[in-house]
Amino acid sequence: MTDHDDTRDTRDTRDAQREYDAHALSGAYAVDALDDLERARFEEHLRQCPDCRAEVDSLRETAAALSTDAVEPPAGLRADVLAGIEAIRPLPPLTEHGRNQPAPVERPRRPWLLGTGPMLVAAALVLVALVSTAWLRPWAGDDEPGEMTATERVLAADDADRIVQRFPDGSRATVVFSRSEGRAVLLTEDMALAPDGSDYQLWLQAPQGSPVSAGLMPDQADATVLLEGDASRATWVGITVEPDGGSAQPTTDPIAAFDLPT
Amino acid sequence: MDPGVHASAGAPHVGAPAGAGPDLAALLQRSARGDRAAFAALYDATAARVHGLVLRVVRDPTQAEEVTQEVFLEIWRTASRFDPERGSAVSWLLTIGHRKAVDRVRSAEAASRRESTYHHRNQTVAHDTTADAAQASLEARRVRTALTQLTEVQREAIELAYFGGYTHTEVAALLDLPVGTAKTRIRDGLIRLRDTIGVGR
Repeated sequence: MTDHDDTRDTRDTRDAQREYDAHALSGAYAVDALDDLERARFEEHLRQCPDCRAEVDSLRETAAALSTDAVEPPAGLRADVLAGIEAIRPLPPLTEHGRNQPAPVERPRRPWLLGTGPMLVAAALVLVALVSTAWLRPWAGDDEPGEMTATERVLAADDADRIVQRFPDGSRATVVFSRSEGRAVLLTEDMALAPDGSDYQLWLQAPQGSPVSAGLMPDQADATVLLEGDASRATWVGITVEPDGGSAQPTTDPIAAFDLPT
Repeated sequence: MDPGVHASAGAPHVGAPAGAGPDLAALLQRSARGDRAAFAALYDATAARVHGLVLRVVRDPTQAEEVTQEVFLEIWRTASRFDPERGSAVSWLLTIGHRKAVDRVRSAEAASRRESTYHHRNQTVAHDTTADAAQASLEARRVRTALTQLTEVQREAIELAYFGGYTHTEVAALLDLPVGTAKTRIRDGLIRLRDTIGVGR
């Protein structure tokens, strides 16, 4: 077994452990008691776990029942709110395309192995990892819900740095960057979709040369996107609005730029 | 979950305390289409409930007012994302309100807040004095009763997380629990509450 396989084995065990723990976070998630990173991970888990989604919904309902205090806000607030909405366009409904999407590819878990000897488990996990790699990857990219490893490795990396940008409308985008993994992940929350006929495009800037495209963002207000390409030497990550399908080089000024720590 | 079922069974939590208030789900759906009058009606029906929660978490009245405003702008913006199959309208509104309130206290780092004791349940809150008050207090009593079914640790963990805005890791530290167990207490406690109050099904 090579060093590479050892690494993969450890990661896979960790993934399985995290998967197991994830269910236990539903309550804390329902009352917003997770930190940003835990929340991002749990939301990834939610996409592939209908049981957890239903549980979170019911626990949010329960938490709302706890909140029985009714306090009238100051009278002037109503006018402020009604004036404020004049400048805000309601989001379109989620269409099937943007919804929680594809009956995700569940990576085969192996509960039947958990009681057996560690060596056997280790060997089997490597085997599963290799099989997954060989068989799942052609049709399940690294950033698909069932096959999260690259994204999760960045989120879980010991040297992961998080750079947050808040937008005036209250939405938020976070770049999680791990130099050791050489990759970056963008997490968006409530982000307005790109205007019709355009896409958000991601860029990585190396110390020299022009920005290199790191892919397009999906049409989702809440997205977790693994940036394409090697980010290990990147100095910043940018987001621009580009014509549908993206551009070879940025054609507009970035709407957001994230300086990466050196 | 059928919204009709909610309306009839929904009394314990569905904000319109008398159960006879406006159909909030319908107001949300009309708001999503840009109907300002519907949104104004939604505001009138729910602002006190939303602000009550925001104020309890944020505590500072000026900041709470800002957060409540943000919350309603967000409700307007995202009304189309409300899915009645997944829960009641009030729960959805309060989820947004809670999230924004927690974001505010965390980003503010709220040093002064953390120095103050977290036992703030006795803080005086100006309850609304409408005819709904009796029903609201029935509802509150029902919730209080349900809370007595929890263990002390479950109750404290939930209150610290939900009303205190602390993360489960911070809750564990505040309650001297081993790291990682607060989240379990929060979940166990919420599940027991859910089954006692009978919501969310």
